[in-house]
Amino acid sequence: MAAGNISHIFRREFKVYFVSPIAYIVIAIFLVLAGWFFFSTFFLFNQAELRDFFNLLPMIFAFIVPAITMRLFSEEFNVGSYEILVTLPVTFRDIILGKFFASVAFLAIMMLPTLSYAISVALLGELDWGPVVGGYIGAILLGAAFSAIGLFASSLTKNQIIAFIIGMIICFALTIVDKLLFFLPESMLGFFQYIGAGYHFQNIARGIIDSRDILYFLSLIFIALYGAHLSVRERH
Amino acid sequence: MIELSELTKYYGELCALDHINLTIEKGKILGLLGPNGAGKTTALRIITGYLSPTSGTVTAKGLSIDTDVLEIKRMIGYLPEEAPLYRDMLVYDYLHYVADIRGLGPERKDVRIHELVDICGLEEIMHRSIHELSKGFKQRVGLAHAMMDDPEILVLDEPTSGLDPNQIAEIRNIIKQIGRQKTVILSTHILSEVEASCDRVVIINEGRIVADGSTEELRRSSEAEYSLNISLEGAEDEVVDKIFTPIEGVAEVQRLGTDNGSRSFRLLCRTTDDIRGKIYQTIKQQDWTLLEFKQESKSLEKIFRELTKESE
Repeated sequence: MAAGNISHIFRREFKVYFVSPIAYIVIAIFLVLAGWFFFSTFFLFNQAELRDFFNLLPMIFAFIVPAITMRLFSEEFNVGSYEILVTLPVTFRDIILGKFFASVAFLAIMMLPTLSYAISVALLGELDWGPVVGGYIGAILLGAAFSAIGLFASSLTKNQIIAFIIGMIICFALTIVDKLLFFLPESMLGFFQYIGAGYHFQNIARGIIDSRDILYFLSLIFIALYGAHLSVRERH
Repeated sequence: MIELSELTKYYGELCALDHINLTIEKGKILGLLGPNGAGKTTALRIITGYLSPTSGTVTAKGLSIDTDVLEIKRMIGYLPEEAPLYRDMLVYDYLHYVADIRGLGPERKDVRIHELVDICGLEEIMHRSIHELSKGFKQRVGLAHAMMDDPEILVLDEPTSGLDPNQIAEIRNIIKQIGRQKTVILSTHILSEVEASCDRVVIINEGRIVADGSTEELRRSSEAEYSLNISLEGAEDEVVDKIFTPIEGVAEVQRLGTDNGSRSFRLLCRTTDDIRGKIYQTIKQQDWTLLEFKQESKSLEKIFRELTKESE
């Protein structure tokens, strides 16, 4: 029953993404940004690899993902449809997971066209597929973690803009924290490096799939979704 | 069927519900009546599991809302005020979505959606987007949504507010039809609504129940006061005044106007006794023709105003 409800909510949310033009705009912006940043320097290095593309991803995701997730709860609070949703026989867990999976699925669809980068690069030279596969796995994990954070931000307010800004600030902070390490005292380096999403993503994107990195993303997802759970429950 | 006991809800400092006790029987249409901000919506939201009470309990069919909230939600069809449905879905998709969540199997789903389309008259709007719908249609889709799983309890928050008279009549008809078998709880601040569709009225004011009874009982229990409308042919105003005023219980004689030689009067009565006999005897003694003689009971509106005014 519960799994059924998650899938009903998932399907509705996923469909709705493609009803409004916002989805297509977000996808277009993502592809333009990623494509332009990547290919503008690609030919200078004369290397058949996607490393630069994956280097850019966390930063782009920090802006794009909160824009995808901002409506998930905020819009429902604003319109009032949330009251209907909650009084249907579903649990908060069903609602949160359904919405979460919908945004992750949307991200996956958004990433799909970038496979053409890999294919065109592979045609140009010897592409090492290990880091590419790792990069996509990392991208899904990173996107899922940022989605969970965006969902949490959306559960805090009925204003989508505020939800976007909160989500973006958290994702952005997690992305750059390991790049600002030189500002921090040496004793805390390890800690801040560990909480940085960029660091773990780069590990996976190198093609090394370490359980610690996976665990990091899974715990980030869990914490954010649990936060969203607490936040929606608090409304009652 | 549903029992609220000592139900209390605070929003911060503000007390929205103050120790409400209420038992709602099966197969009745209960009207929750009160001025805006009286706590009607809060009460409905607690019954439907949307809000949790500060203290007190709600049970439905012996299940407590604290422990079996999912079961209770399955039993209840709820339409919040203004029918805040998903705006970006087609009516068709929306009904299927609700049917899926309500766990109707694929076969029952089609049958049930067809039934609801008939009951609520949704045929022509099935393939329109919800945000394009007029208020009346939206409300009907909302009703279909609430009735999807043929729930035992139907909770409707201000189901007719903002609709035009025709739409109101249609929605009332639907509610009455359902009320024959199901328990319906509806809230409203419009009195005629309650008079038209409810078996029982509970008047709430400032979070407290100030009156509870059938519409009939409520009318009787408040200080008996009624008026008699009379039309007389061949009567003169002065004479009418002179004869009726001395009768015990008649407080005032009002002149309503003349029509083709007949004159209409209203006698306001401040007594619980029926004085129609006395009035008739008095008329009989005169050389008048009695064209009309009608008793008008006090309207619920008056009762409502009296009951909700006390604490101001």
